[in-house]
Amino acid sequence: MFGRRKRESKAEENSEKPGKRTKAQAKGNREIANITYIFVALFIVMIGYLMYFIAVDSSSVINNSYNSRQELLAKKVVRGRIYSADRQILAETIVNADKTETRNYPFGTLFAHVVGFSTHGKTGIESIENFNLLTSNAFVTERLQNTISEEKNIGDNVITTLDPALQKAAGEAMGVYRGAVVVMDPETGKILAMVSKPDFDPNTVDANWESVTADTETGALVNRATQGLYPGGSTFKIVTALAYLREHMADYGQYEYLCNGHFEKDGQVINCYHGISHGQVDLKQSFADSCNSSFANISTQLNKKKFQDTCNELLFNQELSLNFSCKQSYVPINTNSDLEEVMQTAIGQGKTQITPMHMAMITSAIAKDGVLMKPYLVERIENYNQDVIKEYKPDTYGRLMTAEEAEILQTFMKEVVQSGTGTKLKGLAYEAAGKTGSAEYTTDKSESHAWFTGYGQMGTKSIVVTIVVEGAGSGGEYAVPMAKRIFDQYFGQNGL
Amino acid sequence: MANMIIEFSKYAIIIFMAFYTLECFTVFKYATEEERNGIYIRQNVLMFLIHFVSFAVLCLETKNSMLIIFYALQQITLFATIALYRVIYPKANRLIINNMCLLLTVSFIILTRLSYDRSVKQFKIVVVSTALTMFIPYLVKKIKVISKFSWIYALAGIGALGIVMILGQVTNGSKISFTVGGYTFQPSEFVKILFVLAIAGMLAKSTDLLHIFITACVAGAHVLILVCSKDLGSALIFFIVYFVMIYVATKNPLYLLLGLAGGTGASVVAYRLFSHVRVRVQAWKDPLGTIEDAGFQIAQSLFAIGTGGWFGMGLEQGAPNKIPVVEADFVFAAVSEELGGVFGACLILVCVSCFVMFMNISMKLKDDFYKLIAVGLAVMYAFQVFLTIGGVTKFIPLTGVTLPLVSYGGTSVLTTLIMFAIIQGLYILRMDDHVRKTKKGKQSRRE
Repeated sequence: MFGRRKRESKAEENSEKPGKRTKAQAKGNREIANITYIFVALFIVMIGYLMYFIAVDSSSVINNSYNSRQELLAKKVVRGRIYSADRQILAETIVNADKTETRNYPFGTLFAHVVGFSTHGKTGIESIENFNLLTSNAFVTERLQNTISEEKNIGDNVITTLDPALQKAAGEAMGVYRGAVVVMDPETGKILAMVSKPDFDPNTVDANWESVTADTETGALVNRATQGLYPGGSTFKIVTALAYLREHMADYGQYEYLCNGHFEKDGQVINCYHGISHGQVDLKQSFADSCNSSFANISTQLNKKKFQDTCNELLFNQELSLNFSCKQSYVPINTNSDLEEVMQTAIGQGKTQITPMHMAMITSAIAKDGVLMKPYLVERIENYNQDVIKEYKPDTYGRLMTAEEAEILQTFMKEVVQSGTGTKLKGLAYEAAGKTGSAEYTTDKSESHAWFTGYGQMGTKSIVVTIVVEGAGSGGEYAVPMAKRIFDQYFGQNGL
Repeated sequence: MANMIIEFSKYAIIIFMAFYTLECFTVFKYATEEERNGIYIRQNVLMFLIHFVSFAVLCLETKNSMLIIFYALQQITLFATIALYRVIYPKANRLIINNMCLLLTVSFIILTRLSYDRSVKQFKIVVVSTALTMFIPYLVKKIKVISKFSWIYALAGIGALGIVMILGQVTNGSKISFTVGGYTFQPSEFVKILFVLAIAGMLAKSTDLLHIFITACVAGAHVLILVCSKDLGSALIFFIVYFVMIYVATKNPLYLLLGLAGGTGASVVAYRLFSHVRVRVQAWKDPLGTIEDAGFQIAQSLFAIGTGGWFGMGLEQGAPNKIPVVEADFVFAAVSEELGGVFGACLILVCVSCFVMFMNISMKLKDDFYKLIAVGLAVMYAFQVFLTIGGVTKFIPLTGVTLPLVSYGGTSVLTTLIMFAIIQGLYILRMDDHVRKTKKGKQSRRE
């Protein structure tokens, strides 16, 4: 008893000695509290981030085609429908009597690439919106009931921006040719039509898979509008002209060139299309007549670095940030480019490659005074009762050029229609502007792809049309009439 | 019918977990363990319900009758742990015990879901570890001289790390483990505890510049060896823990800033020096763009968390096994996918509640050495949780560390249980102090 008392008092003494320390320790606790606060704050931010990811970011992440979990959803949900902008069914799942499912595409080949298919792998909108199509936002009690009765829920519907009448006009205009058409609204970025030829029937693509894929030369499955890389031909002169404008904003009006059908420098020769002499031309006329010699001449005066910068600002040599996949366009220009490369590039030949989609985007920016609206295909997601689940609003991609530069290019493109290679679009109810191109793709220059990219306006309505027709010949002769059919359809339907 | 049960069970598990988590924080409103008694019992019931419902679903889905026995054994283990602590250490902190058991429960559920065989293996380790660590609080109380061996801890730690650096096997680009008789050890896990003991011992003696310099050398040696073994996750943990301990010991916020600046500098150097650091940063910045190689793991993890959404796919309904090393570093993604984002957030909060309780305990400790141990271990735990969950959710670049108690991995679970037991020991020590004092006070008044 005594011994214990003694020990205790000794302990007392010990703790007596650092009596000051008790105070100091209380102070030490403040540091511990600080650390606690910092860590708790860190965790709260992390939880907030996790919640934000689940609520907002996750939908675009899980839609990725690498996410094999989507297959799990198909066991519980009947795949939703894909609609056109005017509510026509582009794709639907029919549940047969024996509970097997058939994916039906009422328009057959017409929307083959853009809507895609989900029967043998997934492509197009079927792939992009796979997750939404396999998610059911039907009313909660109904879903509960389905769960109990072990019935499948009905997936959400995707309402696209596509216009079947325009799509049909574009498809018919292409006829038997191979190539691609992109039609978009420059004010919103909505893609109204997207055609790629040759096509296939998504209803039978699974059954005919062997034969569809056997023909690698035609590549019927490839969506040429987004995956096809073509030499830009004379449509690329839009880029060259812009590069020149940027260096000569004050005096581009004084530019003059005497065309005698070809341009020669240091042994390099550039010929005009079919060797035609354009005579005395200024910049606008060079553009309107698509004078190769004049543009070759212009290219020799360009600063390579600035030319390269202009190309990059027009989204060449980079991944386009779109909700659907699109190949990257390519321009070889850099400060080390030699004369031949510069001259060939300036007229859209050489190694330059561009997708029709990208060409439509550049045109769209010009039509909207320099601002590019982000192209999109899906307007909204609805549950099967037509309650809106998610809406995609028009979004700015960015400014590609100043309003002034865009206006000058607009006058150039209007001149193409007034006096140049696109006169087939002259004097109509709507005002059209554009640029044609004939892109040679064989080494002997005997064959060329016909290009047209431009826009039409009537009142407040405007659309951009970009067409490439493989191996057809000159853009003015083949692509422009096709564009006219599309413009006619659009403005006829909306205005007259 | 089975469908319905599975669907309802999903929400039931989330609700139980949410209530459990709520109780984790209401605990802090009450000062004494007596007042908290009701909360602890409710927590035990909720824990039992989560465990029971989950295994009912797993049985129903897999139709593996072995699971019933497995479940029973787990239930006995958890019950025994709680009961034994009550009997042997009546003064133990029950929030820590409960959280420890809950995290183990989640681990049992998700590991059984991912791989029955691995879960059984892990379960054996958990049983042995729990039994062994049961003695630790007693040892902490009895062996008062442990502060005198700081140099031994330091040298043992550096030595162990050094041996692994030279002899260890390379996994995922890092040298962190070696195998003896079929069991793989990760010595860096144990060294964590030795490290905290060593630094705490040195700083408790004195915080003059010389001592700080010495501890800096010791800490630097640990971190450098880990960096050379390319175990950057562990290196980062040691680094942070060291600076927090220095800050608490010296009460000088400059050390915290110094640590922050040093850490930033070191990160930049590591980024330049090591290709696998660059790869990880790249994968963090754009996992979907690099999904073919570097970003694959994180992308799969994000798919899992995203597809699971708020309420999860339900046990056995998702595809967590698509994620590489899902049962170790990516276990949180599996939990979030099948049990839901809400459950995942609750799980994080349970870890936070452990951390806050650890820090709370450290504040109440009188002895500098013990105080620093508690702070060191608490921060070590919290920072590791932050690294792993932050990594799999793409909040921060992935460092490849385990989620303590939940992840598969014997060394990790044993180490964490030791950490929990040490803090438990310190808490009991303090309670004894407290009781003795009040008794004495009464006595002297009587006199």
